[in-house]
Amino acid sequence: MLIIKGLKARVEDKQILNGIDLTINPGEVHAIMGPNGSGKSTLAHVLSGRPGYEITGGEVTLDGKDLLSLSPEDRARAGVFLAFQYPVEIPGVNNTYFLKAALNAIRKSKGEEELDAIDFLELVKAKLKPLKMDELMLQRAVNEGFSGGEKKKNEILQMAVLEPKLGILDETDSGLDIDALKVVADGVNALRGKNRSFLVVTHYQRLLDYIVPDQVHVLAGGKIIKTGGKELALELEEKGYGWLTGEKVKA
Amino acid sequence: MTPKTQEPSVEKVTSEEYKYGFVTDIEADSAPPGLNEDIIRFISHKKKEPQFLLEWRLKAYRQWLKMKTPEWAYVQYPPIDYQDIIYYSAPKAGPKSLDEVDPEILKTFEKLGVPMEERAMLAGVAVDAVFDSVSVGTTFKKKLGEMGVIFCSFSEAVHEHPELIEQYLGSVVPYNDNFYAALNSAVFTDGSFCYIPKGVRCPMELSTYFRINAAKTGQFERTLLIADEDAYVSYLEGCTAPMRDENQLHAAVVELVALKGAEIKYSTVQNWYPGDKDGKGGIYNFVTKRGACRGDSSKISWTQVETGSAITWKYPSCILQGDNSVGEFYSVAVVNNMQQADTGTKMIHLGKNTKSTIVSKGISAGKGQNTYRGLVRIQPAAENAHNYTQCDSLLMGDKCGAHTVPYIEVKNNTAKVGHEASTSKIGEDQIFYCQQRGLSKEDAVNLIVNGFCKEVFRKLPMEFAVEAQKLLSVSLEGSVG
Ligand SMILES: Nc1ncnc2c1ncn2[C@@H]1O[C@H](COP(=O)(O)OP(=O)(O)O)[C@@H](O)[C@H]1O
Ligand SMILES: [Mg+2]
Repeated sequence: MLIIKGLKARVEDKQILNGIDLTINPGEVHAIMGPNGSGKSTLAHVLSGRPGYEITGGEVTLDGKDLLSLSPEDRARAGVFLAFQYPVEIPGVNNTYFLKAALNAIRKSKGEEELDAIDFLELVKAKLKPLKMDELMLQRAVNEGFSGGEKKKNEILQMAVLEPKLGILDETDSGLDIDALKVVADGVNALRGKNRSFLVVTHYQRLLDYIVPDQVHVLAGGKIIKTGGKELALELEEKGYGWLTGEKVKA
Repeated sequence: MTPKTQEPSVEKVTSEEYKYGFVTDIEADSAPPGLNEDIIRFISHKKKEPQFLLEWRLKAYRQWLKMKTPEWAYVQYPPIDYQDIIYYSAPKAGPKSLDEVDPEILKTFEKLGVPMEERAMLAGVAVDAVFDSVSVGTTFKKKLGEMGVIFCSFSEAVHEHPELIEQYLGSVVPYNDNFYAALNSAVFTDGSFCYIPKGVRCPMELSTYFRINAAKTGQFERTLLIADEDAYVSYLEGCTAPMRDENQLHAAVVELVALKGAEIKYSTVQNWYPGDKDGKGGIYNFVTKRGACRGDSSKISWTQVETGSAITWKYPSCILQGDNSVGEFYSVAVVNNMQQADTGTKMIHLGKNTKSTIVSKGISAGKGQNTYRGLVRIQPAAENAHNYTQCDSLLMGDKCGAHTVPYIEVKNNTAKVGHEASTSKIGEDQIFYCQQRGLSKEDAVNLIVNGFCKEVFRKLPMEFAVEAQKLLSVSLEGSVG
C-alpha cells in the first residue's frame, strides 16, 4: 500500500528527514515513536503535502501512485487522511457543512454521486455514536471552542466519514484522558480492515495498548533507527530512547 | 467651481427662470458638461418638477459651492473635475440583445448563477426586447397598490405624491449634510421612492422589481423610503451582477424614515466595476445613507455586502430618536487589487433605551485598503442606551491593509457600550486543513471567507445570501497563491 523510499525533507534550510524507508502493507498498523523533535510530525506533513517542506530526496507511492507529485487535496482524494496533532479552527463554518463538502469533494473525484444533506446527516449521525460525541457538535463551527478531547474525537469522526486508505494519526493521544483515549482507540480499531492501513505517530506507549500495532519504528535524527514488533513499544516505555540514540533522552 | 453670477435669493431665481431662459437648449437630450444654476434648472425643467424641488436643488447647489471634498477618509484618488461631468442625459439605448453584451460580463453572470431572464436586463439590454417586463412590473404594482404601498421611481413620486416628497425629502440627510450629499441634492436625476402605510407588512421583499429598475439607475441616485407606524418592509438594493458604468463618480443618497413601531430592513449588495488590476477605470462610490428611527420602538437594520467600486465611501447610519428604537449595521466589505474602502456606520442614540448593534467584517486582498470607521454617540437624554460593536478584519496576503477607526462618544453614564475588534490573516494552516480533507484551495478559501462573514450573511434574505456568497468567491478569485 504505502512505500516510502529514502525520503529526505527539510524546512527552512534545516534538514529534518534524512532518508526514511518504510513499507506498510494493506491492513497493517505501524507506529512511529521517537523523542520530541525527531521529525514525526514532519513525516506526517510531508506525506500529506503540507506546504513549507522541501523534499530533497526519495519517493513515496500509495498503491503505486506517486504521492509527492500530488496536491494535498489530490492526496486526500487518493485516500490519505491526516488526523492533526493540532486540529485547526475554522470560525463560522458549520462542522456538518464542512464534512459534507469534504466527503462530496472526495466522492466527486471518484466519479461517485454526491450525498444530499439528508443522506449525509444520517451517515454522520451513525458515525457519531460510537465516538460518544454529542449531536450538538455537528452544529458548531469546525473545532471552534472545542476542548482538546473534542478536537481529537472530531478528527476521528472525520476519518470515519471519509474512509481513507491510509490514516495517519499524529499524536492523537495527546491531551486525552484515559476514557477519551479508549473511545478514540475504539473508533480507530473499528476502522481497521484489510484494505485500510494506519500510521500511528505517538510519543507514548500508552496509545499502543489500545491500538495494537503490527510494527513499531523508532524515529530519531530524521531516520528510522529501529524497527520491531509491538513489544518494542514496551521496551521503549521502560528504557526511554537513550539506549537507541546514544543520548540520555527519556521518553 | 465658483458661481459666475451673484447669488440671488431663491424666490427670485425660481420666479425668474423663464425670463432668463436657459443657456442650455431645453429641447436637447443632454446637458453640456459642467455644473451651474442653469444646468440645475434644466434638470428640474426636464423632469417637470414642482417649484419647491427646484428651490431645494438650488439651495443645495449654493451650499455645495461653499463646501470642500471630505479628506478625512482613508482613500486616495486624483481630484474630480466637477465641470467635466454631464449631469443630465436622456437614457441611451443599450445593447439590442445578449449577443452584443461583453462576453466577460456574461461569464460572470454564469458564475454567479444569475437567472437567465435577468441576465439580459442586468446587462442593459432593452428589457422589452427580452421579456415582458411590463407584466412583471404591473403584477407587483397591483398587489402592492391594493395594500396601499407606494413603490415607484423617484420622479414618478415627485408627480404623484409631491406632498410626501416635500414632507420627507432631506428630512434625514439635509441638503447641506456633506459635500457629496449636497451635490446629489442639487443634481439627482432619479432613484426610488417607497411608502408603506400604517400597519402594513410589505408582503414581499422589494427586490425583483427593483432589480429590473436597477439597470437604469443614474450617477446621482436618490432613494427615499418611509415606513409609517407599525409598518414593515424589507428592501433590497443593487445586485450581485457586475455593474459597469461610464460614469466614474457615483454619489447616491438614501434616506429612511421609520415611524412608531415600524421596521425597515435595508440590504445592499454593491458590485460596481472595481477597475482593473492597476485600479484603472473603477467607480468612485461616495454614498450617504441614513435612517431615522423617528418613532418609539422603531427599528432600522442596514445590511451591506460591498465588493465592488474602486473607492467606497459609505456610512449607513441610524438616528435613534424614538425611545426603545433599535439600529443595526451588518457589513461585509471586500477589497482586492487596488480597491479602497472606507466604510462603517454612525449610531446616534437620542431616545431612552435605544439599542444598536454593529458587526463589520472587512476582507482585504491584493493591495486593497479596507477601513472600518464608525461612530457611536450616546446623547445626554439617551438613558440606558446599549451598543455592541464587533469589527473583524481578515487579511489575505501581505500587501493589503486593514484599519479600524472607532469613535465612541458617551454623554450619559447609564450607557453600556461594548467594542470588540480582531484582525487575522487567512491561515495557511486553515487552508491546508481543508485541502487535507479533499477540498481544493479555492473552495477552502471560499469556505473560510464565508465562515468569517457568516453573521452578516445570515442577515440577508435567503436568495440574496446565496448570491452574495458566490459574489465573494468571484471577487477574491486568485487572491491566494
Ligand atoms: N516550520 C519549521 N521551521 C523550522 N523548524 C521546524 C519547522 N517545523 C519543524 N521544525 C523542526 O523540525 C524538527 C522536527 O519537528 P517535528 O517533526 O514537529 O518533531 P516531532 O513531531 O517528532 O516532535 C524540530 O527540531 C522542529 O523544531
Ligand atoms: Mg509532533
